[in-house]
Amino acid sequence: MSRSPKLFTGILASFALSCFAMVLVPNSQIGRLQPEWDQDTNTVYPVKNDQGREAYVAHGCVTCHSQQIRDPQNGEDIGRGWGVRRTVARDYILDDAPLLGSSRMGPDLTNAGSKDWRNEAKDDPRRPKRRDAMWHYMHLYNPSAFVRETNMPPYRFLFEKQKITGQRSVDALPVDPGQGYQVVPKPETVKLVKYLLSLDRSYPLKEVKGAPSAAGTK
Amino acid sequence: MSDNGADEKKLALERSNLDASCSGAVLWFFTSAIGWLLLSTLLGLVSSLKLHIPDFLGDCQYMSYGRVAPAYKLALTYGWASVSAMGVGIWLMSRLCRVPVRFPGMLKFGNLLWNSGLTLAIVLQIAGHGQALEGMDIRTGPAVLMLAGYLLIGSWGAILYRARRSGPAYISVWYLLGAFFWFPWFFGVAHCLTARGALQGVMNNVVAAWYQQGLSLFWLTAVGLAAAYYLIPKVVNRPVYSYNLASVGFWSFAIVGGLTSLVRLSGGPVPAWMVTLSIAANIVMLVPVLTAVVNFLATVRGHSDLVYCSPTLRFSLFGAVAFAVTNVVALAASLRGVDRVVHFTQFAAGQYHLLTYSFFSMVMFGAIYYITPRLVGCEWLSATLIKFHFWGAAYGGSLLAGLLLISGIFTGMALADPDAAFRQALQMAQSYYFGQSLAYGILGLGHWIFSLHFLLMLLRIGQPGTQPTRFSKPGAH
Repeated sequence: MSRSPKLFTGILASFALSCFAMVLVPNSQIGRLQPEWDQDTNTVYPVKNDQGREAYVAHGCVTCHSQQIRDPQNGEDIGRGWGVRRTVARDYILDDAPLLGSSRMGPDLTNAGSKDWRNEAKDDPRRPKRRDAMWHYMHLYNPSAFVRETNMPPYRFLFEKQKITGQRSVDALPVDPGQGYQVVPKPETVKLVKYLLSLDRSYPLKEVKGAPSAAGTK
Repeated sequence: MSDNGADEKKLALERSNLDASCSGAVLWFFTSAIGWLLLSTLLGLVSSLKLHIPDFLGDCQYMSYGRVAPAYKLALTYGWASVSAMGVGIWLMSRLCRVPVRFPGMLKFGNLLWNSGLTLAIVLQIAGHGQALEGMDIRTGPAVLMLAGYLLIGSWGAILYRARRSGPAYISVWYLLGAFFWFPWFFGVAHCLTARGALQGVMNNVVAAWYQQGLSLFWLTAVGLAAAYYLIPKVVNRPVYSYNLASVGFWSFAIVGGLTSLVRLSGGPVPAWMVTLSIAANIVMLVPVLTAVVNFLATVRGHSDLVYCSPTLRFSLFGAVAFAVTNVVALAASLRGVDRVVHFTQFAAGQYHLLTYSFFSMVMFGAIYYITPRLVGCEWLSATLIKFHFWGAAYGGSLLAGLLLISGIFTGMALADPDAAFRQALQMAQSYYFGQSLAYGILGLGHWIFSLHFLLMLLRIGQPGTQPTRFSKPGAH
C-alpha cells in the first residue's frame, strides 16, 4: 500500500508535465499573436478568409491537401511552386481551426488562389494558363481529364443537371448532358471554388526572412 | 504457486469468482469491440479501393475519400482498439487486484454510452459534419457522451485498484492505472481546449498533436504493455525477468512519452525549439522501449518452443516485437533529415497502422484468446481457425503497415525533388495503393474467422476441459 500514493502522484505529475511543456508553454509563445500592419500596402495581414470554408471542411479536403509551406531546409514546397515563403503561426490567427493538413496525396493549397501557384515543373506545357473558377469547376467535375495519373475522385455530386430556361448559365460547364439541359455547380460548389480562389498567403510578414517584399508580391 | 494443495484450490476458486463477477461485462466489451473491428476493416477497404479506383462509389458523396478515411480511423481507434482495451483492462484489474467487479451493469451502461457517442461521431463524419481540426474528429456532443461512458468504466478501474487485496501492485497495474487516468484527461482537456474559439490559430493544431500522441502512447500503448506484461509471464509460467527494469521502463515512459508530440508538426508553422524538444524526447523513448522488450524476451528465453503452441503467447510476443519496431520507426521518422522526406506522405499512416494493428491489436487478440475461455467455461473450438486468424492479422497488418511506410519513403523522395513533377509521385503511389487493398482483404479475412470463432465461444460451442487450445503439444518442437 505504501507505493500507492507515489504511483498515483507520479501518474498525475507526468500528465501535468506533458500539458505544461506541450500546451501551456507553446501557448505563451504563439497563443496571442496580433495581426501585422504593412506600411507599404496599408493592409493588415492576415486577411480574414472563411467564406466557403465549410464546404472544404465538409468534404474532407484536408484529408489529402495541406495548407502549410515549409522552409527550403525542411522540404521542397517552395521549389515545387506551392508558395513563395514559408508559413508561420501568424498566418493562421484568424482560422478556427487552421486546415494545416498532414497528408499530401494531393498538392498543397496554401496559395491555390495565387496566380503564380503551380503544381507542374516551371516549363511544363501542361500547366494551365489560368486556374480560374471554370477551371476549378471542371477539375472538380472530372479531375482525371486534367491529370491522367490523378487519384482525386470526381466530385460530380457537387453539380446538378438543369433544364435550360431562357439563357444558359454563365457557370454552366462545357459538357453535354443532353439537348436542352446544362450542368451547373450547386451553390455550395460556387462557395467552395470562391474559397479556393481566395487562398493566398504570399503577402509579406516581418518574421519571415527572405520573403518577397510587398511590392514584389502579387 | 503455493505448495499447499488446499491453498491452490482456494486460489482457483477465488479466480473463478473474480471471472464470474466480470464475465458479462467483459464479454459485452469484447463483442462490441469485434463489431467495430469488422466495420472498421470494411471502411478501410472502401477508402483504400477509392485510392486506386477513384470512380468507385464516386457518385455518393457520403462515401467520398475525405469522409470515409477519417470515419475508418474513428472506428478503428475508438471502436475496436479502445473498447477492447477497456474490456481487457477491467478484467486484468479485477484479476490482479483480486477484487470482484460489483454492479457490472454500470460498465455495460458506460459501454452503451461510449458506443452511441462513437456511432453518432461516425455518422456526423460521413454526413459531412466533421470537425475542421484534423485528429480531433469527434464533435462536442458525441465527445461528451463518450467521455461520460468512459468515466463510468474508467472509474471502475480506479475503484478496483483502491480496494485491492494483494500488497505492492504488479507492473501491469501501474500501466493500467495510468491508462485509466491519462485517457480521460487527454480526451477531456484536448476537446475542451479545441472547442470553438478557445485557442488561437495554430495552437489548435498543437493541442491536436498533443492529444493524438497522448492517445497512442498513454492509452493504447499503456494498455498494450499492461496486457503483454501479464500474458507473457503467465503463459511461460515464470515471473517477469527483471522488476527493476520494468520499473525504470514505466517511469521513463511516463515522463518522456508526453514530450514527444510536436514532431507531428515538424517543419510546420510552429517555433523550431518545440519540435527539437520532441525529437530529443523521441530519442529518450528508446529507454522504455528497450527495457520492455528486453524484459519480454528475457522472460520467454529458454521457453521459446511455447511460441509454437500457445496462441496467446504467439500473438502477444508478436505484438511486443512490433512495439519495438513501432517506436524505432517513430524515432527514425522524428529526425529532421528523415522527416523532411516522409512528412506529408503515407509514412505517418504506416506508423499508425504499425502501432494500432501490429502492436496493439495483436496483444489484444492474445488477451482475448486468453481471457474468453475463462469467462465462458469452454476452450476455443479449433486451433486451425486461430492459426488462420494469426496469419491474416500478422501478414495483413504487417503488409499494410509495410506498404504504407515504403510508399511513404518513395513518394517522399519524389516530392523532395523539385524537378520531378507531382504526377510522378502520384504514379509511384498507385501500385502501393493496390497492395493496400489486398492487405485489407487479408486482414478482413482473418477478422471474419476470428469473429466467427468468438461467436461460437459466446454460444458455448468449444472444447470442454481446462487445457487451453494449442497449435501443437508443448515439447513437439
